[in-house]
Amino acid sequence: MRPERRRFDALVIGAGGGGLRAALQLANAEATVAVVSKVFPTRSHTVAAQGGVNASLANVLPDNWHWHMFDTIKGSDYLGDQDAIEYMCRAAPKAVYELEHFGVPFSRLENGRIYQRAFGGQSQHFGGEQAARTCAAADRTGHAILHSLYQQNIRARTHFFDEHFALDLLRDESGRVLGALVFDIATGESVVIEAKVTLLATGGAAQVYRTNTNALINTGDGMAMALRAGVPLQDMEFVQFHPTGIAGKGMLITEGVRGEGGYLVNGEGERFMERYAPNARDLASRDVVSRAIVTEIREGRGCGPRRDHVLLKLDHLGEALINRRLPAIRETARTFVNADPVRDPIPVFPTAHYTMGGIPTNRHGQVVAPTADAPEEPVEGLYAVGECACVSVHGANRLGGNSLLDIVVFGRAAANHMIDYLAEHRYHRPLPEAAVEGPRARLDRWDEARGEASVPELRRELQRTMEEYAGVFREQESLDEGVARVRAIREQLELAAIGDHSRVFNTARVEALELVNLADVALAVVTSAAARRESRGAHSRVDHPDRDDARWLKHSLFSLAEGMDYKPVRIKPLTVDSFPPKERTY
Amino acid sequence: MADWQPLRFMQAPGPKAGRMRFSVYRFDPEGDAGPGTQEYVLDDLTPDMMLLDALLRIKEQDETLGFRRSCGEGVCGSDAMNINGRNGLACITRLGELVEPVKLRPLPGIPVIRDLIVDMDNFYRQYREVEPWLQAREAQPEVERFQLPEERERLDGLYECILCGCCSAACPSYWWNPDRFLGPAALLQAARFIEDSRDEACDKRLDQLDDAYKLFRCHSIMNCVDVCPKGLNPTEAIERIRKRMLRNST
Ligand SMILES: Cc1cc2nc3c(=O)[nH]c(=O)nc-3n(C[C@H](O)[C@H](O)[C@H](O)COP(=O)(O)OP(=O)(O)OC[C@H]3O[C@@H](n4cnc5c(N)ncnc54)[C@H](O)[C@@H]3O)c2cc1C
Ligand code: SF4
Ligand code: SF4
Ligand code: FES
Repeated sequence: MRPERRRFDALVIGAGGGGLRAALQLANAEATVAVVSKVFPTRSHTVAAQGGVNASLANVLPDNWHWHMFDTIKGSDYLGDQDAIEYMCRAAPKAVYELEHFGVPFSRLENGRIYQRAFGGQSQHFGGEQAARTCAAADRTGHAILHSLYQQNIRARTHFFDEHFALDLLRDESGRVLGALVFDIATGESVVIEAKVTLLATGGAAQVYRTNTNALINTGDGMAMALRAGVPLQDMEFVQFHPTGIAGKGMLITEGVRGEGGYLVNGEGERFMERYAPNARDLASRDVVSRAIVTEIREGRGCGPRRDHVLLKLDHLGEALINRRLPAIRETARTFVNADPVRDPIPVFPTAHYTMGGIPTNRHGQVVAPTADAPEEPVEGLYAVGECACVSVHGANRLGGNSLLDIVVFGRAAANHMIDYLAEHRYHRPLPEAAVEGPRARLDRWDEARGEASVPELRRELQRTMEEYAGVFREQESLDEGVARVRAIREQLELAAIGDHSRVFNTARVEALELVNLADVALAVVTSAAARRESRGAHSRVDHPDRDDARWLKHSLFSLAEGMDYKPVRIKPLTVDSFPPKERTY
Repeated sequence: MADWQPLRFMQAPGPKAGRMRFSVYRFDPEGDAGPGTQEYVLDDLTPDMMLLDALLRIKEQDETLGFRRSCGEGVCGSDAMNINGRNGLACITRLGELVEPVKLRPLPGIPVIRDLIVDMDNFYRQYREVEPWLQAREAQPEVERFQLPEERERLDGLYECILCGCCSAACPSYWWNPDRFLGPAALLQAARFIEDSRDEACDKRLDQLDDAYKLFRCHSIMNCVDVCPKGLNPTEAIERIRKRMLRNST
């Protein structure tokens, strides 16, 4: 049976903050927009973001975009592209005011302005005093933003394909992207969505690790779709381990806790961050704090009977402040560790959290790939934003609060560029019938029983492998072993079968398709990590402990066919002077 | 680097592991059999594990069991279900709190698609019906609109809703009039905008709700309050709307 065909000007895959911000801009510009999401939009993972979104509003302490830019570049360990970073930091205040106008219930200061809190890696005067740059709706900022953006999209009459799973991009012979093949999870029916322009906004992939802060749906589908379409993934070795996931479980405890005055202690009751980052202490960059925690534990100064975690203390903040500023954290700690932070400390451990790498784009959100002539040629008709993309504003390490900013700033910028693109490309191009065949086969393949390997078992093995061989600290031998193991898992997956062949809401099939994507992304992570022989940001090599700008100040590109390639970092900002690489201390 | 060992967090030894029994509602719309229940037994569970952890383990044994889930921490609203007779989220329900066999059913009063998965379309339609977006006619300032902390506080207990549906699926008035009574979740959303000092459509919103069914089918039975996993209070929100209507009509 031939799948149903639908036609829109623009197709947005993903209904998190990035996809919804873009869709709103497109709908407001009178484009017809389809938004596809494998879960109901407000269940996208943006809903889980806690601490807030960065913008130099200067509502609490002096601030400006240029300081924000410096902090972001330093935080990125100089791997971020300075043109995109300047663009984002300049656009930040406007992007946040827009969110407020959309209805986001930000917390407020006495004078009625948006409340801002301190977060890690923020400074005034290019590395001076702590700044307070993170705009917050209590500790539910992601929920507040996602719901408001969804609500605005209802108003704008965006067309939603809820609980539809995107399988693959559809391309013609010239490589132009003409839409995607998706299927309705509730009925199992596939739908060809034709679009003049397509945006990937499918979020992150921290599910490649066993213990992570991410939702179960964060399986890197869009990244894998890009890989299969021949687009390489950029900087995938840079995975952020958040210093304060609940030990052994993974639920996130926002950096906002430390921003409000909470701090870490080791088994000897010592505030150990004072030794690792004498100035910023607990608010040093995430990579720095995560390494410090692992080092403390390795050296025998962990907490608990097994000395395998450290403690996050916030009882001194008082019940009133905790209830006002961190109510959801209190709820989470009570639920998952039976501890009330008003009295008890929270056991924490660095936990896989954020994918700095992703689908390479320029600052207009256009997906770019190297060709024979140029390192960055736009892929016709394809855009990407949010955690699945790599602009790159986060480089080797993302600052807290910069991702919610990334998704709204570049969601908007990409949509604006797509609107221009639509003006120049008024008509749908013919979609060759053959374009649909490959993706269809990937779906139908799960109807056959090919072998014995089970999807849940392979998923567990993949996650364990990544945790053991590509964690906070890395080393050549184990990374090479990791590459071999992930390759083996991908081969076994070829022979895997599922125990459910029904059409209606077949979640086993969804999970199988997700695992295929996850395995491709895992291969990108571990292969890129094995290739980069230096330590930078979140990528710490015990065998190459120093940053090596002479050889490694460059972006990695991993592709399924060709393996590793590299391209230069964009050091030149848009208008101001470049920030040259310096030693990074906090 | 031979002595270098990757470090990984060890699960602390929890309370004593044990066996638990689960009795789960099954319905396969493509099969010939009607709805039924299926028994599952799991070993090595601990009381501080969540029900979702158990469901994920059951799913590893039996891939055909259908249920929604995503965040695993009570913020996305995916895994609402009826747990031992009471609506809640599997991901924040501790196994230690549950009597055996743990009876799992889909949210009551809502059409079932498959197993524990219900069709939420009507629930979402009612949400859209209250026009849940900020409506402001005044020109937008170049900066944020100001809102005092005490004005913002009026939104606490209203904006945090995760649209899980536990409340509406526990409300007898909603079961009997799903097409005409908006239900606690949609009404809570209405209140969220009515109470927002930045919203300029308050009167219009109140007019639209002034209907024998939409709002007034609520008989303050409070089931919704009992089950809300986020500790929200739709009954009070509905009461606040009623009071405003009264004030407006005098
Ligand atoms: C616990 C937690 C707390 C965080 N807190 C903060 C914070 O305080 N500040 C900050 O700046 N950042 C924070 N982050 C990071 C930030 O929230 C995310 O990076 C960001 O929200 C990602 O948004 P997104 O739009 O790119 O993707 P997501 O919100 O993840 O959305 C992805 C969308 O893609 C859809 N999708 C995926 N695959 C498919 C497919 N195959 N078919 C169809 N649809 C698909 C999903 O359904 C979903 O709608 C936090 C992250 C976590 C995990
Ligand atoms: S209080 Fe009203 S809305 Fe809540 S359960 Fe009772 S009748 Fe339903
Ligand atoms: S009010 Fe509570 S129970 Fe009802 S949908 Fe919202 S979060 Fe769920
Ligand atoms: S899985 Fe998100 S609320 Fe339970």
